[in-house]
Amino acid sequence: MKRYSAFALVREALNGHKGWERAWRNAQPKAHYDAIIIGAGGHGLATAYYLGKNFGITNVAILEKGWLGGGNTGRNTTIIRSNYLQDPSAAIYEKSRALYETLSQELNYNIMFSPRGVMMLAQTEHEVRGYRRTAHANALQGVSTEFISPRRVKELVPIIELNGPRYPVLGALWQDRAGTARHDAVAWGYARACSDMGMDIIQKCEVTGITREGGRVTGVQTTKGDIACDRLGIVVAGHSGVLAEMAGFRLPVESVALQALVSEPIKPCMDVVVMANTVHGYMSQSDKGEMVIGGGADGFNNYTQRGSFHHIEETVRALVETFPMISRLKMLRQWGGIVDMTGDRSPILSKTPIEGVFINCGWGTGGFKAIPGSGWGFAELMAKGTSPLTDPFSLNRFGEGRFIDESVAAGVAH
Amino acid sequence: MLILKCPYCGVMADETELSPGGEAHLTRHGPGSDDTEFEAYLFMRENPRGVHFERWRHAHGCGKWFHAARCTQTLEVFGTYSAQTTRPPQDLLDTISEKRPGWRWRDLA
Ligand SMILES: Cc1cc2nc3c(=O)[nH]c(=O)nc-3n(C[C@H](O)[C@H](O)[C@H](O)COP(=O)(O)OP(=O)(O)OC[C@H]3O[C@@H](n4cnc5c(N)ncnc54)[C@H](O)[C@@H]3O)c2cc1C
Ligand SMILES: [Zn+2]
Repeated sequence: MKRYSAFALVREALNGHKGWERAWRNAQPKAHYDAIIIGAGGHGLATAYYLGKNFGITNVAILEKGWLGGGNTGRNTTIIRSNYLQDPSAAIYEKSRALYETLSQELNYNIMFSPRGVMMLAQTEHEVRGYRRTAHANALQGVSTEFISPRRVKELVPIIELNGPRYPVLGALWQDRAGTARHDAVAWGYARACSDMGMDIIQKCEVTGITREGGRVTGVQTTKGDIACDRLGIVVAGHSGVLAEMAGFRLPVESVALQALVSEPIKPCMDVVVMANTVHGYMSQSDKGEMVIGGGADGFNNYTQRGSFHHIEETVRALVETFPMISRLKMLRQWGGIVDMTGDRSPILSKTPIEGVFINCGWGTGGFKAIPGSGWGFAELMAKGTSPLTDPFSLNRFGEGRFIDESVAAGVAH
Repeated sequence: MLILKCPYCGVMADETELSPGGEAHLTRHGPGSDDTEFEAYLFMRENPRGVHFERWRHAHGCGKWFHAARCTQTLEVFGTYSAQTTRPPQDLLDTISEKRPGWRWRDLA
């Protein structure tokens, strides 16, 4: 693999750009792999990357039914933060955030990590108490966050209306090293690095069955034929239930649509991410100048990658209250992704009832931020059978009543 | 927008008039049941890509709970029926079999 650098840019500029290589090989399946990952989203690709990088396991295939990064990884609003409440969450999300800081250098691929700061508005007394509690928890966890005053909110976000018609801004939880990154680039960067280690990324290859022998996985059936493997990682977000059914077990997961939209591009007006969980909306500005907007998930099971229109309306209404200046903006595009929700709003990274099958799912509305950390921990789990990062997130926590309850802390926040 | 017919008041209700209530026909396992049953009742869900049975409430109408059969892959609604039953009516199951040969949901069909 030729490295990207300023020097390469100059060389290629002088060469008429004829020397750029393909970022990854378009592979065809081999008969057998040590490990197969189903799903070439961020989490699947990161898992494969750390399997190779940290554990030397490179006889790996990543199977993707569509194109890589075409699932939720390419559909999210790219918020990265680690200000969760519970210790196991703080550990994996902060590991992830820390890996994001140097991921461009590590992958030699510009993922455009922008630690611009994430602000979560407190608009009721209850929220003020909740966020103060989170800030204290974060202090104990070594995650740098603080509770800030309305005045500081206004300094950081001049376009905000502090005295909205329904809910005044009473303060905010502020994480200054949180931010955004380019979502596609995260998938592409990991894919390029995986391909470079000799791994096969096989697109347009849908897994249709999981073959077992005596309670152990032996391989998968796909639209490109049968492929054998010793270990299998299921990393398919909204489709986790479908894959679990193929493997013969059930999950405490439901799939629903989550939508986002962007406005026409405007001059820079807000250089942090603002989330308003009481009124159900959040917003940031992309490098192109578009306002990137999201809200809450739909309430019913859905696999269509489209959401209900009234949720868009609800979100925009909330944000017009919070940022009156956006009332005259035209919205350009709207889309949906199918997110996998668990009962405690925390992910599942776990062994399964089938020996050799591991599952990484349940990231729901907030797993983009977790891609590097999840890949790191899940690779360790697949290689060694245990990982301090992922062990608390095992599948049996529901039966044992050992929830990692982020539903109160996270609200609609992604 | 999803439109469901309320089987009680007969109104064709827009999604905004309804509130979703999750998977239908769950058997409540309470005190005395074993852990696996209790866990399954509380957390394990079918979550199918295809035919699904669920509960809805006509929240901004008559206020009553009812059942709906729907396809989660296309959003097609097969029909709605009363809440006072543990099993969808046979004619609804027949309609679904006609439209989705080979469908499966728990022990139905
Ligand atoms: C609108 C929206 C906004 C969001 N905003 C944020 C945010 O701001 N911050 C944040 O942290 N998170 C956010 N999220 C959540 C985040 O996008 C996801 O948690 C994350 O991208 C999940 O990554 P993944 O790799 O697990 O799944 P995906 O990227 O969905 O990848 C799974 C892949 O599996 C493939 N697949 C499925 N079935 C099969 C099969 N049978 N065979 C082969 N391949 C298969 C799919 O095609 C897909 O490419 C948002 C999500 C949405 C939808
Ligand atoms: Zn009614």
